[in-house]
Amino acid sequence: MLVLKELTVLNGVSGNEEAVRDYIKEKISPYVDDIKVDPIGNLIAYKKGKSQDSVVMLAAHMDEVGFIVTGYNDMGMLKFESIGGVDDRILPGKPVTIGDKKIPGVIGAKAIHLQERDEIGNVWKIKNMYIDIGASSKEEAEKLAPLGEYISFYGEFEEYGSNCIKAKALDDRVGCAVLMEVLKGSYEFDLYACFTVQEEIGLRGAEVAANRVKPDIAIVIEGTTCSDVPETEKHQYSTKLGKGPAITLMDRGTYPDRKLVNYIYDLARKNDIEVQFKQTATGGNDSAKIQRSGKGVKVAVISIPCRYIHSPASIMNKNDFENCKKLLSCILNDLSNNPENLNKILKGDEVNV
Amino acid sequence: MFELLAKLTNAFGVSGDEEITKNTIAEEIKGYADDISVDALGNLIALKKGKGKKKIMVSTHMDEIGLMATFIDDKGYIRFTNIGGVSPFCSIGQRVRFKNGTVGVVYYEEKLDDIKKLNLSKMYIDIGSVNREETEKHVKIGDTACFCGDAVKQGDFAISKAMDNRTGCAVAIEALKELKDPENDIYFVFTVQEELGLRGAKTAAYGIDPDISITIDVTSTGDKPECNPMEVKLGAGPAIKIKDSSVVCHPEIRKLLEASAKKLGIPYQLEILNMGGTDAGAIHLTKGGVPSGAISIPCRYIHTPAEMVSLKDMENAVKLLVDAISY
Amino acid sequence: MELSKITSILKELSSADSVTGNEYNVSKILEDHFKTFCDMVRVDKFGNVIGIKKGSESGKKVMITAHYDEIGFIVTSIDEDGFIRFSNMGGIDRKILPAQEVIIYGKEKVYGVIGAKPPHLLNPEDTKKAIEIKDLFIDTGMSPEEVRQVISIGDFIAFKPAFFELQSGQVSSKSFDNKCSIVAMLVAMEELSKIKHDCDVYFVATVQEEIHLTGATIASYNIAPDLAIVLDVCGGTTPDTPKEKTASCGKGPVIAKGPILDKKFTEKLIQTAKDENIPYQILIEPSYTGTEAWAVQVSRCGIPTLLISIPLKYMHTPVETINVNDVRNCGKLAARFITSFGNTDANTDNKNEPKLEECTC
Repeated sequence: MLVLKELTVLNGVSGNEEAVRDYIKEKISPYVDDIKVDPIGNLIAYKKGKSQDSVVMLAAHMDEVGFIVTGYNDMGMLKFESIGGVDDRILPGKPVTIGDKKIPGVIGAKAIHLQERDEIGNVWKIKNMYIDIGASSKEEAEKLAPLGEYISFYGEFEEYGSNCIKAKALDDRVGCAVLMEVLKGSYEFDLYACFTVQEEIGLRGAEVAANRVKPDIAIVIEGTTCSDVPETEKHQYSTKLGKGPAITLMDRGTYPDRKLVNYIYDLARKNDIEVQFKQTATGGNDSAKIQRSGKGVKVAVISIPCRYIHSPASIMNKNDFENCKKLLSCILNDLSNNPENLNKILKGDEVNV
Repeated sequence: MFELLAKLTNAFGVSGDEEITKNTIAEEIKGYADDISVDALGNLIALKKGKGKKKIMVSTHMDEIGLMATFIDDKGYIRFTNIGGVSPFCSIGQRVRFKNGTVGVVYYEEKLDDIKKLNLSKMYIDIGSVNREETEKHVKIGDTACFCGDAVKQGDFAISKAMDNRTGCAVAIEALKELKDPENDIYFVFTVQEELGLRGAKTAAYGIDPDISITIDVTSTGDKPECNPMEVKLGAGPAIKIKDSSVVCHPEIRKLLEASAKKLGIPYQLEILNMGGTDAGAIHLTKGGVPSGAISIPCRYIHTPAEMVSLKDMENAVKLLVDAISY
Repeated sequence: MELSKITSILKELSSADSVTGNEYNVSKILEDHFKTFCDMVRVDKFGNVIGIKKGSESGKKVMITAHYDEIGFIVTSIDEDGFIRFSNMGGIDRKILPAQEVIIYGKEKVYGVIGAKPPHLLNPEDTKKAIEIKDLFIDTGMSPEEVRQVISIGDFIAFKPAFFELQSGQVSSKSFDNKCSIVAMLVAMEELSKIKHDCDVYFVATVQEEIHLTGATIASYNIAPDLAIVLDVCGGTTPDTPKEKTASCGKGPVIAKGPILDKKFTEKLIQTAKDENIPYQILIEPSYTGTEAWAVQVSRCGIPTLLISIPLKYMHTPVETINVNDVRNCGKLAARFITSFGNTDANTDNKNEPKLEECTC
């Protein structure tokens, strides 16, 4: 849990993932045979297989949604745009940090008692909001927060009750943490763990990482929507907190390989690991680019349910996280010890676990 | 042509689960191709070896739109999401069939106050069970269903579900069988997941690395009452695609197709489709670029269970394709 | 390059109609211009024009692209009275279409006007709305028989060119998006003929940027450069536009900063502008950028990409307006940056890290 805490506290908005990359690189170095940073910033860790030729790729993205400084107003406040999908409605009144020095700021807009009647019931768009860092002039603001500086949500890592964690950037530091854990194992096949960049702005890193790695099979670990909350119809829950890591059947970007998906589900059941299926087909992730890279890759996606995803206060269940790590280890060990299973998946045959 | 078409349209092949359709096609072309393989995404690739002058990829998608079960409620009703472009309005009161043969009816929440607000999340599939346990004996979360619409022939016209794109598959199969001693190596690729975004074609093209490609798919027509304007008409011949929203066809391929059509003296039309794309859209951007074109089969009521085509258009499409790839 | 020469090439290229998807006729004109400065020039299957200037030491490759396709239309049908129906090629603001003069490239060039139902026959509410393209038509004044002899479905249609020299170095014409960047590219070529550069430079005039980024996608794959610079246009400031999303015409080329643009090389580009006293502006691109950089960055195993834009007012209209000084400064900036890009710099972030292997993809 410490690794996850340290990861979520780091700022790594799409295009500015250095801090996260440096942290992960340092932590995984003792366990891997080679580490590369590619031309657009992906961190690609390689573990040579003991005996097999097959290539397995794991992917989790290092970037989080955030903002960027686009201008200033005369009072020295920052104009900004979002990077990645951010719901404008959650922004007013949130604290943020700017740049590597983590200069604190607050997202402001007109206060309630000064609003016109027709403004009160409506939401603010980003263009009506600004970030106040307390600068007294445009020049001071420019020095502290130059154009193009990246801005992150501010959110502390906290334990909620006995089972839950609240933090920012669980999407997808949970994936990074899971990958870092399984890199400690050893496997018969060549394993590439790709910590990708710029997923939130269009799955950019995954596309080039997959072109370089050319995997046979890829598994993506994500943080995904969890809407098992009031005012939501049961059939729109997507995933449920505490019911285990969620396996994707289909999302807007990918129709994962069904034989691989069935194999993962059966393996989970056989090993008493609680799992669920993601029950909505929304969203997309790195698997979309990986699946269609080169001559094609068999892919699957396993996600940890996170309520209030893409906000500074996301909530996840610790058991889901632990079970995800267990499940991925289980899959890698099974493929390693039973190469005929891996071959069956590559051939498109059913696997009996 | 109709017998082959009926066999193909009847086969289950919703995007992502094309196995049965793939096997049906593989059975049809057995003995006619020099090599048959399946790639990582499930594309069926049949090579007709020629004298190796050029590599030509003929692409035609074998998947169809459908629905995927996402949730089963206490009373056994199934909630679903779409696979490919599914219109909620064209789905009301339709029958769907899961891969294992279970049939269901699609309907919507009657309490909906304004029918204009209809969307798929307000609809469900009823397979006639009384509770969740009974439904789960027949349908699991993740199972997919195709629409029901048996093939019917009336004069020159045929009506069925999945004319998009089993007509293209039928044309490709007939062309493959007719092709004798080609100059070029022809890769007939029956692609997967086109309806989800031209996905199979992308990886197939990467693996083959063709010199040119020709896609066979359906296109809409502009001859229905008060419809969106379009010059293509049903029964006026196969359409040679100029552009759609995924690709501007390469002029050399267009010239090749037009020259063949004129030489053979078969009727043909020129197609501009404003809304809609096809495999060529993915293929032409592969690697260093692949000059690509398309022969389209005019089809009315695309993405409904009652798509209508002209068998003569299909027969002429076969002639056109064979001549064009034999240069 | 003299401003007067820049202005004359701008005029020449903006009237060389290259509607997106139909650039082939204009590729010859660009080929001739490229031959003036490049060691080798060729045109690929899709119409990309590629000129190579070899560097003094072999090894690293820089690719610099600018698209030469322009927005336009395509004939979709000819009605029984000879009026022509059409559809757009690339993004069009419908508001500028009524009464617009066009040229149809049929068997010969045909001139026409875009017409619609006259206002006095409309309901008052309808006059407030922009006319849908399907309700517009082109009037050539010819009889239906005459029309059908020269025009067919699929013929491309361009705005009729009209070039105006305004005040303060500003010029206005159609298709400055992106012909002005092609001229900037020629400026860069001329500069590089006079100064030493280590790396091989591939100049690519690309096609189909306005529709599918086709030209840039295939050129990036074929050339596989170590660094790419994309030249395009960006919104020019007018009284009604947000300052954060536009740049001022005449205040210099725009260097874009954002997630998909290489951070280290962008800083180096800014430093080059400062060192060489070239005026420049900065614009932030939070993601897509609306340019070819989107396709180039993720080609093969990833290409560090930069974006330099020329501020342009009234984009995608027949009266696109730019300042010729910005065109010259854009070309100068690209050239001066390229001369500072040596072999040692090709390995971007990895000063203290293991060298990148050759990408085999």
